[in-house]
Amino acid sequence: MNFSFDVIWHNLPYMLAAARWTLLISLGGMAISLALGIFVCASRISKEPIISGLAALYISFFRGVPLLVQLLVFYYMLPYIGLDLPAIAAAVLAVGMCSAAYTAEILRGALQTIPHGQTEAAHALGIPTFSLWKRILVPQAIRIGLPSLVNELILLVKVSSLASVVGIGELTRISQNITGETYRPLEIYVAAAAIYFLINLVVSLLGRLAEHKLKVV
Amino acid sequence: MELDLFIRYGPSLLSGFAVTILCWIVGSLGGLVLGFVLACLYRFGPAPLKWFIFGYVEVIRGTPFMIQLFILYYGGPSVGILLSPVQAGIISFIVYGSPYFAEIFRSGFNAIPEGQIEAARCVGLSETRIVTRIVLPQMLVPITAPLTNFFIILTKETAILSVVTVPELLYETQTMASETFTFVEPFLVLSIFYWLMVIGTSRLGAIVETRVTRHLRRT
Repeated sequence: MNFSFDVIWHNLPYMLAAARWTLLISLGGMAISLALGIFVCASRISKEPIISGLAALYISFFRGVPLLVQLLVFYYMLPYIGLDLPAIAAAVLAVGMCSAAYTAEILRGALQTIPHGQTEAAHALGIPTFSLWKRILVPQAIRIGLPSLVNELILLVKVSSLASVVGIGELTRISQNITGETYRPLEIYVAAAAIYFLINLVVSLLGRLAEHKLKVV
Repeated sequence: MELDLFIRYGPSLLSGFAVTILCWIVGSLGGLVLGFVLACLYRFGPAPLKWFIFGYVEVIRGTPFMIQLFILYYGGPSVGILLSPVQAGIISFIVYGSPYFAEIFRSGFNAIPEGQIEAARCVGLSETRIVTRIVLPQMLVPITAPLTNFFIILTKETAILSVVTVPELLYETQTMASETFTFVEPFLVLSIFYWLMVIGTSRLGAIVETRVTRHLRRT
């Protein structure tokens, strides 16, 4: 087996161009995942049974249905109800909304460790619920759940490869195409793995940095 | 819908489901144990070991599962590791899951206030007893939900094992689909089986969660 770096070198520009789509989907997905995840988590532990029931339904739907099916629903089914999304928007939304369900559960786990006395104290001081969440609960929950959140964001980067099914030429799809042209699967897939690895390394190093910043002394 | 298809292909689908469950349970429990060991070594081990574990976590977590599986199954024989598909599947599953579990356990360790551990040392508890009696019971509270999340993610990752011809659920379903030219029935059964696994896992997670958070409940 001879490993040829020439093949990688020749095709690297195409793969990097494709990696831009991967990055776009991952970043958009991460933003939606975190923002929506906090919202779903807050609804999930709400005392209003209808709201928390809806949130539970959201979580069990997005966790229970394979992401591939969700993507196809977003891209092929929504036009029937008059929502014609471009492929990239469908991909970002599907990836983000699916990941939000996992994020919500991670945050819920983290929130349970925050002593209930803090919420009561905040109520006693007359702090409105929104500020209670923004200033007291969410910062602490993110600090406790950070390693699990980074896990989730890294999975999100890798799962962006599914966006190829709605016709987006992201890294995995382009690697498959190049393999089809060159018949060198080993080199191309190793290169693709290296690119994914670099993206994920940045994500997890940022996570470590945030962990250091948020550490209580 | 042709129901007699299920009579013909029922046994092979069920055996596929059994293989999926086998790979999932052995692989994820192995990953859980390995992840816990890694997290403990990361916390208590010497500095060089820490750097090694850090590298391991980043490399395994940063590369796609399918590529790890390919390297183990197709690249393994050239360095003398000959594995059957199921063995390769289970081993790569353990390897793939362990860094995620290690990170989840690390977040659990971080959630315990340092003061409690110092206090425990002051009253003379041994390090193992500190972990088993003080750290573990408390850290299960924030990590049960992420652990359930990850077990659910792993149920769906088992489908990837079909690319190295592990006769698991997706493999059997695809065989059925391509032999009979039916697509709705096999994939409907496939989703029901996966859904059963996910529902079972999240129910179990909820039970564990009520058990480990019972000291927090207010009466």
